[in-house]
Amino acid sequence: MSQALLSIENLSVRFKTYAGVIHAVNGMTFDVRPGEIFGLVGESGCGKSVTGLAVVRTLPGSGRISGGRILFHGEDLAAKSEAEMQAIRGRRIAMVFQDPTASLNPVFTIGQQIDHIIRHHTGGDHETARRKALDWFNAVALPDPQAVYDTYPHRLSGGMQQRVMIAMALCSGAELLIADEPTTALDVTIQAQILELLVKLRDQQGISILLITHNLGVVAETCERVAVAYAGQIVETGPTPAVLARRLHPYTEGLLAALPTAVRKGQTLQPIAGQVPDGLQPIAGCPFHPRCGKALPVCAQVNPALLPVEHADHLTACHLYTEAAV
Amino acid sequence: MTTTTLSAEPAASPPAVPSERQLIWRAFRQDKLAMLGVLVILFFVLTSLFAPLLTPYPAQGAGAPNIIEKFKAPSAEHPLGTDYLGRDVLARIFYGGRSSLTTGFLVVFLAVLIGAPLGAVAGYFGGRVDDVIMRITDVFLSFPPLLLAIAIATALGSGFVNTMIAIAITWWPWYTRLVRAQTVSLRERYFIEAARSIGVPSFKIIATHILPNVLTPVLVQGTMDLGSAILTGAAINFIGLGVQPPQADWGNMISQGRIYFIERPWFAGSAGVAIFLVVLSFNLIGDALRDAADPRTRRGEA
Amino acid sequence: MSGPLLIETRNLCKHFSAGGWLGGGKRVVRALDDVNLSIQQQETLGVVGESGCGKTTLGRVLLRLIEPTAGQILFEGRDIVPLKGEDLRRQARDMQIVFQNPYSSFDPRFSVRMSLAEPLQTHQGLQGAALEERASELLTQVGMPVDTLSRYPHEFSGGQLQRIAVARALALNPKFIVLDEPTSALDVSVQAQILNLLQDLQQRLNLTYLFISHDLSVVEYISSRIAVMYLGKVVELLPTALVSAGHAQHPYTQALLSAIPEVSVERRHKRTLLPKSVFEGKAQAGGCSFAPRCPFAMDVCRAVEPPLVELETGHLSACHLANEMQ
Repeated sequence: MSQALLSIENLSVRFKTYAGVIHAVNGMTFDVRPGEIFGLVGESGCGKSVTGLAVVRTLPGSGRISGGRILFHGEDLAAKSEAEMQAIRGRRIAMVFQDPTASLNPVFTIGQQIDHIIRHHTGGDHETARRKALDWFNAVALPDPQAVYDTYPHRLSGGMQQRVMIAMALCSGAELLIADEPTTALDVTIQAQILELLVKLRDQQGISILLITHNLGVVAETCERVAVAYAGQIVETGPTPAVLARRLHPYTEGLLAALPTAVRKGQTLQPIAGQVPDGLQPIAGCPFHPRCGKALPVCAQVNPALLPVEHADHLTACHLYTEAAV
Repeated sequence: MTTTTLSAEPAASPPAVPSERQLIWRAFRQDKLAMLGVLVILFFVLTSLFAPLLTPYPAQGAGAPNIIEKFKAPSAEHPLGTDYLGRDVLARIFYGGRSSLTTGFLVVFLAVLIGAPLGAVAGYFGGRVDDVIMRITDVFLSFPPLLLAIAIATALGSGFVNTMIAIAITWWPWYTRLVRAQTVSLRERYFIEAARSIGVPSFKIIATHILPNVLTPVLVQGTMDLGSAILTGAAINFIGLGVQPPQADWGNMISQGRIYFIERPWFAGSAGVAIFLVVLSFNLIGDALRDAADPRTRRGEA
Repeated sequence: MSGPLLIETRNLCKHFSAGGWLGGGKRVVRALDDVNLSIQQQETLGVVGESGCGKTTLGRVLLRLIEPTAGQILFEGRDIVPLKGEDLRRQARDMQIVFQNPYSSFDPRFSVRMSLAEPLQTHQGLQGAALEERASELLTQVGMPVDTLSRYPHEFSGGQLQRIAVARALALNPKFIVLDEPTSALDVSVQAQILNLLQDLQQRLNLTYLFISHDLSVVEYISSRIAVMYLGKVVELLPTALVSAGHAQHPYTQALLSAIPEVSVERRHKRTLLPKSVFEGKAQAGGCSFAPRCPFAMDVCRAVEPPLVELETGHLSACHLANEMQ
């Protein structure tokens, strides 16, 4: 197994709210290898976005890392100080979010904003920064880089704003890009272009991408490897074609079976019984067992470990395979 | 098929998520200064309500002079001394609270009563109606509030009720503006469209959906305004337009006591301190409420 | 199955004007531009398109929530555009709407009982026991327990609230329901439950649906015919079976089909009709509104607006190229 660029080991994140403690992430484990696009997929409440924020240590409100490690090039980011993290954010790990309008300051031009970023991280004068910015605008396929540089955010379409965000994220030399639902707010034709862009950046610049999304189609078409998250844990992870074809974990299977494309027209859709847990009441054993049609008695008592099945590279956390574990 | 839909969705679990109101109250409670302010206000409200029972000098509080004892410094029998007519100052403070506090509460109440519905109507209907209402509002807003209040009070004549009406007339436009802005954003919410699609008449929508949902910002603004309303009332009383002596009011106590202030500060001073404490408390409460009401500034979870 | 026409729109237009201050030109946004659609009884007509296509406006104009600028809307043969006052309110009983965001669909200060009572009191004057009975009946129809009545919206999940929204839409026994992105804000497994519910109700209560969504796979599953909209116009109208088979004729529909990320490799191949490359081009006056972005644009496309023409029975398309190839 190649050396992982980012390795999440048994990560736990908790939030204290008035209603109680919420364990948004509860023992999450996966790794992202150099030069790959890795998909972290799951429904709302599974902890995928929180994990992304935890990596760059920008958890909101009362969020705290309560356990586990986040290894980046072997160093534990969870143990680093804020000063150390500031040297990493933007420089080595960058992040892009769902809504570009919320990330761009409306009273400054694009040029002013990216200039500020470049010079903060790598110094240099205004002219050097401008040329670098224009280079990156070309790299993200913006049609008229100088015009974009001189304009204000609100004049750009959603797709163009997101390209600008990607340029801003990567312009200081980051090797890992965490993209949290980067195309969810965009039209589907624009989404296709942005995803193509991410693949191109990976191919041409060797940037690794942790793509967080709820859309299985996006994962299928863009990510080499995938991890399926449920209730703050990973239930299955491995090469994307294998995970989508074999669907070892009952949740993976349920998720794919619930898609409208999974049935023929006229047939009833197959939802997963029950609802996603709210994170307040801890569930004994496997978090999915109350909704699982194949649950064994042991599932209610012991939380299954994430273990390889069939291949060293395809893991699942399910008692059904414990005898078959490699 | 029905069985699939019924069994697939279990009953709603007991509410683990507190409602917006509960969250606001909990966040508010955490602000110690604001809670202190609440205690101060409670103190003044209770003392003015039960003034006749709390002071051994109810008659003096109400105005009866006691010339023999005039200008007495604070002592055991008169904790805040006596004023220029020998009346116990503490009693005057309690009685004066009735006038000042009532002015504050009623002014804000009247202003909201007039201003809020106007703002909701303007915001909901938009167009011509909005233009007309907002232009009228603008006219009132373009006068310096205190001067306008004095002008109206002068026109109406002196007296407690006239003072309140005068101040309320200068105050309602702020609530119209506030409520109109809230209404314009509320109007876009789906439940308003749902009510319209059902055919609910517009005025019913305003009364049952819009107004209750603008309650929180109005409450916050109103709380902060209470202090200012009391100050304005005190100012009008100070210049002699409102409450007439011998009736007690913190404003006219200051005006009557100021010539004696250098050597005998206790009666003007006490009234001044009372106003200060009450206004400060309302401001602290209002600030805390505003921070608690906005999810972005709300004091987070632990 | 489907029967006579329930709803028909003729030359339906909605224009929004913006600007016109201080010498600046008055801009007209043609949210709906000469839309001619018909919906048969008990069918589901799906409407797809990206942002700005007018599909949301269409749903609201049909219910007179937004007033049309021109054109007719025939409900059971009668033009409802001129209706006012009491007549309009009575018409509201036949046509209802379910919105995209369940949390925004309910007054947070209203209990579920009060929200369901609103239509029942307004039209039928129901009170007390009769109201309670009817409200309970509605909740049971959508698979919610009766104790829901005393609860408040914030106590429910998105899926549960959407069921309650459907219950409210059914309160007046409507014939026609506009479903405006009803599952877009829901997770995949919950979406499946809601879609099943909608289909079940359609059969039992003989409902007619207009299903609006940006998600073509969902629309394909639930609709018998699909209308594709672009910038206020219907550019293609065809039976769902043709879409699924990849036989869309309009380049924009083909672009949509190609852009949607698919889990199944087979579907992906069948539906990638165009390369996912960047569609660029500035808008131009006259001619086909899609021409600036169309890979097949000819000179006539830039000059003359293509009419909506029937290519084969039940399949209409507004494209010069498609017309030529007939």
